[in-house]
Amino acid sequence: MALARIDLPHAARRGELVEVRIVIQHPMETGFRRAPQGERVPRNAIHSLVCRYSGTEVFRATLSTGIAANPFLRFFLRATQSGDLDFWWLDDDEVQGAAQTHLVVSS
Amino acid sequence: MKRREFIGSLTALAVSPHISTTDPLVYSFTRGRPVRPGRVKLEMPPLAENGHSVAMTVRVDSPMTPSDHVRAVYLIAEKNPVRDMAVFYLGAHCPRAEVSSRLRLNGSQQVVAIAELSDGSFWSDAAFVEVREAACTDGG
Amino acid sequence: MRKYLILAALIACAAQAQNRSGLEFASDEIRRLQASDAENPGMLWVDQGAKLFAQKCASCHVSMKGVATRYPAVEDGRIVTLEAKIRHKEAFAYESDELLALTSYVAHQSRGMPMNTKISEKDVEKGKAAYYRRRGQMNLACAHCHEQNWGKHLGAETLSQGQPNGYPAYRLEWQKMGSLERRIRACMFGLHAELPPYGSDAMLELELFLVWRANGLPIETPAVRR
Repeated sequence: MALARIDLPHAARRGELVEVRIVIQHPMETGFRRAPQGERVPRNAIHSLVCRYSGTEVFRATLSTGIAANPFLRFFLRATQSGDLDFWWLDDDEVQGAAQTHLVVSS
Repeated sequence: MKRREFIGSLTALAVSPHISTTDPLVYSFTRGRPVRPGRVKLEMPPLAENGHSVAMTVRVDSPMTPSDHVRAVYLIAEKNPVRDMAVFYLGAHCPRAEVSSRLRLNGSQQVVAIAELSDGSFWSDAAFVEVREAACTDGG
Repeated sequence: MRKYLILAALIACAAQAQNRSGLEFASDEIRRLQASDAENPGMLWVDQGAKLFAQKCASCHVSMKGVATRYPAVEDGRIVTLEAKIRHKEAFAYESDELLALTSYVAHQSRGMPMNTKISEKDVEKGKAAYYRRRGQMNLACAHCHEQNWGKHLGAETLSQGQPNGYPAYRLEWQKMGSLERRIRACMFGLHAELPPYGSDAMLELELFLVWRANGLPIETPAVRR
């Protein structure tokens, strides 16, 4: 399971803008690289990523090999109530990944 | 024809200087609708020491309300072997149309960002990045 | 030969007087990445290392703070790197994600602390000779770039002093974390020289010299380099 590092303010007030940052450990293999013996390393990149906040989708992305290895994403959501932030992604090898964190929201 | 309609039709003719709307990749999501320059700001460093990881931030000037928001932002590279880089889907729930990531660039080239708004219009911006080559290649 | 060694010693002294981390020669983007734990891809390996440490090492070891400042070391007449110490219970493969993760985690616990190895000039005699020896098709010694010409340009890049204080480091060229040995091999590749095998005497001697030379520089793991 690929590791990820999610950065989020530990708490937010209701209605506040929240900046979310995530780095996911994944080679985002382009399919153009050659291994030391000369053979092509096959393409394998994360192509779909979804982020849900308290079950509601807040961000979705289609990624390609043009995104750098160990992909980094930064986006915004609005704090509503305390809840989990769930990330899910899928790569070309059909391997799923997931990461989760919790956002504490005060009124 | 009323003057307002005439001016309206003129703006519809405005073509994005950044990318051709008949480019198959662009056509795949615009379906030939005009792409106008503006409202999008694509921020990338003019000079990147390394093509492996180049910082990118894209912002769209939008109130992000249920009736007026950004549906998606498309990122296209001019010279990468795989030109479609990413699509970021935002929507009315998103409070700010701003996304950052890191791109891989195969040499100096232009990167184009096209935003699709809730009213079906498309807007674009481009950034040219000069990418330096490594002095010594690694080999491992 | 003697004159050459004296010159080498003088250069070495001068260089030590102004030891500079590779970070000083890096681009703004790389510096920005290294400064942000949220964005530094190397932190992924540190996180993985923390998990592995808890699973495999925590039953005996408590804090790793300060440990990385003392390695590589000379123990019972043999050169011992941090990687070698980490492998004492389980023989992780060199350059495997597990070994990189654990090494990064341990080194990260000493981030900001100056390298403070207890090695003498006598210990690094062989490594120093290797550092000043010409090698490869290019027929260059490490010293030619990293001592005589640091700060100058090689192509579009600025030559660094070749300091080891950021390793294991996330190198953009590798698009992943890598060890100091990997970096040394990569340099040798650039010279079209024979690559010393991982963990070989030649490699260990060079590593020991590099760390002795770098004494005082703060540990930066996980550093970001090009």
